[in-house]
Formats: sequence, C-alpha cells, structure tokens
Amino acid sequence: MSTATTALAGKAARDVRFLDSTIGKKVVMAITGVILVGFVIGHLLGNLQVYQGPHALDVYAEKLKSLPPLLWGTRIVLLISVGLHIWSAVTLAGLQKRARPVGYVKLKPVTSTYASRTMYWSGPILALFIVYHLLHFTTGQAHPQFVEGKVHQNLVLGFQNPLVSASYILAMLMLGMHLYHGVWSMFQTVGVNHPKYTPMLKKLAAAVSAFLVIGNISIPISVLAGVIK
Amino acid sequence: MKLTLHVWRQKNAASQGKMERYEVEANEHMSFLEMLDVLNEELIGKGQEPVAFDHDCREGICGSCGFVINGVAHGPMPGTTVCQLHMRHFKAGDELYLEPWRASAFPVVKDLVVDRGAFDRIIASGGYISASTGSAPDANAVPIPKKYADLSMDAAQCIGCGACVAACPNASASLFTSAKISHLGVLPQGEPERRERALRMVATATAEGFGNCTNIGECEAVCPKGIRLEFIARMNRDYIQASWLQRQESSAGGVG
Ligand code: HEM
Ligand code: FES
Repeated sequence: MSTATTALAGKAARDVRFLDSTIGKKVVMAITGVILVGFVIGHLLGNLQVYQGPHALDVYAEKLKSLPPLLWGTRIVLLISVGLHIWSAVTLAGLQKRARPVGYVKLKPVTSTYASRTMYWSGPILALFIVYHLLHFTTGQAHPQFVEGKVHQNLVLGFQNPLVSASYILAMLMLGMHLYHGVWSMFQTVGVNHPKYTPMLKKLAAAVSAFLVIGNISIPISVLAGVIK
Repeated sequence: MKLTLHVWRQKNAASQGKMERYEVEANEHMSFLEMLDVLNEELIGKGQEPVAFDHDCREGICGSCGFVINGVAHGPMPGTTVCQLHMRHFKAGDELYLEPWRASAFPVVKDLVVDRGAFDRIIASGGYISASTGSAPDANAVPIPKKYADLSMDAAQCIGCGACVAACPNASASLFTSAKISHLGVLPQGEPERRERALRMVATATAEGFGNCTNIGECEAVCPKGIRLEFIARMNRDYIQASWLQRQESSAGGVG
C-alpha cells in the first residue's frame, strides 16, 4: 500500500483502503469476533438444557428447526463471520512473517499472556474443531451411531467415547484461551481503552472464558461420569 | 565482576551475522554502555573490530541507544534505556546475549546498530502541524485543560528508540506511531489534521514493512518512557473515524 497522500477517491476506494489497512482488518476481526462470541454464549446456554432430562434438547432442536429463517439466518451470518475472521487472520499473519524475517536467539516475554501470543495457534485449531464438530453432531458423517433428530442420544453416545470427549475438552480449552485475550482485545482494536474500563474488560474476558470452558466441558464430563444418560 | 557476553556481530547490511562470545571484566558502577566501552578498548588493543552500537546522550533522552539483552529490549530494568542501565543490576558470572532490534523495517547496519529511518519517514508523512506559527506564542495563549496537556506530554515522551518494535512479536510500530499521532492530536493545534494524520502515518508504517498490532502489550512493558497501549486505541479510533468520515475538498464554500 502506498502512503495516503492523495485525496480520497469516492466511497468505494475508501472501503477498499480501510480493508487493506492493518487496522481495518483488525476491526473486521473484532466485529466478526463479537458475533462469534455472542453465538458461542447462546450456543452454550441452549446446550445446558441437556441437564433438564433426555427430551429437553430434542424439543429445543425441534423448535429451532421449525424456524427456518432464524436457523438459516444465523447459519449464514456465522459462516460469513468465520470466513471474514479467518481472512483477516490469514492476511495479517502474512504481514507479520514479512515484518520479522530474522528472529531472536533469546526472547523473553515480559508481560504478555500465553493466550495473547498463541492467537494464531488457538484460532486455526478452533477452525479445525468447528469442521469436526459440524460433521459430528450436525451432519453425522463423523459419528458412527448418528440418528437424525435424536440430539440427546447422539450427544450421549458421542461423548461416551473418551477420545471424542477429550478432543472436545481440548478444543474448549483453546476457545477459553482465544477469548481470554480476544474478548478484551476486540475493545482495544476498535479504540476502547480507558484506565477505568480496561481492567474491567480484562476481567470480563476472563469471566466469559471461564463460563464457556466450564459450561461446555461439564457436558462431556457428565456423560463420561454417567450423570447425563 | 566477570561477565560472558554473546554479541551479534555483523560486518554490514549485506553480510551474514553471527553471535560471538566475549569475556569482560566490569564493575557495578558502570553503565551498560561503559561496560561495552571497556570491551571495545580491549578489542581495539588486540587489533580486533570493536562492537558497534548506537548512542549519543547517554542520559536516556535522545533515543539513540538500544539493543536486546537476554531477550528483553533495553534489558531487565523497566522504564530504562540501555545507556541508563547500570551494571549493579547484574552479577558476576552472568551470561548476556546482546542482539540488535529485529524487524525488516529496521535493517542491521552493523553489529547492534540498525537503521531506524523508517521512523523518520512515518513522522514525515504526518507527524507535524501545518499551521504557520509566526514567532513563539505566549505560553498560555491557547488555554488547554491540564488533563489534555498531561495526555499530550505523556505521548510526547516517546524518544523513538524502537524498543516497541523490537519487543513486539509482530514487529509492529503501533506504539511509536500512536504516540506521534496522539501528542499532536489531543491538542487544539493538532486537531484540524488529526484524521488525515492518522491515515497517512498508519499507511506509512505498513508500507515500511512493520506488522500489525495484536494487543500483546510487550511494547508498553519495555518502553523506556512509559508510552501506554491507550495511545494505540486512540490511534485506532482516529483511523477508523478518518476512514469513514473523511470528506473530499470542495470549492462550494467559495474558497476553492
Ligand atoms: C469460535 C470461534 C471464534 C471466536 C469466538 C473468535 C473470537 C475472536 C475475538 C473476539 C478476537 C479478538 C479480535 C481483536 O483483537 O480485534 C479474535 C481474534 C483472533 N482470532 Fe478468533 N475467534 C474464533 C475463531 C477463530 C478461528 C477459527 C480463527 C482461525 C484462523 C481465529 C483466529 C483469530 C486470530 C488470529 C485473532 C487475532 C488475535 C489478535 O490480533 O490479537 N479465530 N477472535
Ligand atoms: S544514548 Fe540517548 S537515550 Fe540512550
């Protein structure tokens, strides 16, 4: 990108330049990130109904399927969000590689969190997990005993395999790490940083991550422990 | 005290460098650069090439000095440039690795010296105010509330040493650029060009080959002048507004 000395040529040029810029790409990442965070919270709240007995989830799934505009609207928004989120991650990662071709012999991080330094690992691992998760519980190709519509039964039979449960638990730990940094980082990216609010936002990020990790992990563990049957 | 140093030696920009091992006898009253002076005296005495490092004021205000000591830009003491780092913070037998700032936008000139011309070009692209100032105005002719004066002064502390880039895993110049955008932008004199300034300086930083910010915070931790991440958020705000609210020049008002 050349230096921005020329007058701006119309709205289209402005949009392209915004998306060309590192800040523009990070804003895309933050906005799509917020959509995805909203979804994973809603997704967990829905799934916690698994604790209300063997039928609750099936009824819930039935209800979602009876509202095609809601279901497909959500799916399309999520697909676009994940796509744009990955697009900005990939383009920025290329930039970072170019920015430091020669690394340090010794490098000692001073304050940064492990989570913040591994965003470009936790993110792609989540992407792989999302694909597996959809093939496992939504379409069934990755689930040997899958029965369409029997959501509760699919879940219980799926998680009774300790390897399957372990992969879900691992993925949720990745999600927790990604959001431990991501949920406050997205505010910083769009320009919200204030001595009064930023410490609160970091606590919020920790709380959101803890809720998502504990809530989600409790389900495979409960299945393995025989609490959910 | 006896120290073992591993120093990045590189003849010039075109040559391959490598780490070389040296032993040096220092005392706790020396500054880090004085310790290197002692090493260099010895090397010169032996007919070898002294270790090149940038320095000028040696009192922590010019921004010339700086290299990475054991993986931390400007070494282990917070808020301190290497010229102000004292040997009393080290102990006999310590093994220290000295490396230049690493970024493609900061090519190595020689040993620990890098070319920070990219910073000058970022400033040249927008880090100024184009008002005609005449003779020096009265100090308080433009009243500025203390909190804004303070904020501007905090940002103006930046000495452009480059430690932020060196410490950033993405070799991003966001902390530097944001400080240079903010110290002008918070004052009334800098306000008219605030948006254009953000657009130009951010674009120049990317064009120079610096990476993007991922809000890691290592820059803030090593900054000898305490520049805060808050300024990066401010830069992002200015940039976002600039991108979406910028108007074209128009002659409709009769001044075209
Ligand atoms: C459940 C899915 C995901 C959620 C909820 C999520 C959420 C977030 C959030 C909130 C941010 C912070 C945005 C910012 O700092 O501006 C972020 C950053 C990021 N995400 Fe994701 N993400 C998800 C999936 C992914 C995937 C699949 C990738 C794979 C490529 C990814 C890669 C990244 C990267 C590289 C960052 C940048 C980190 C930074 O700049 O600090 N994320 N994500
Ligand atoms: S030599 Fe001037 S800041 Fe260190």
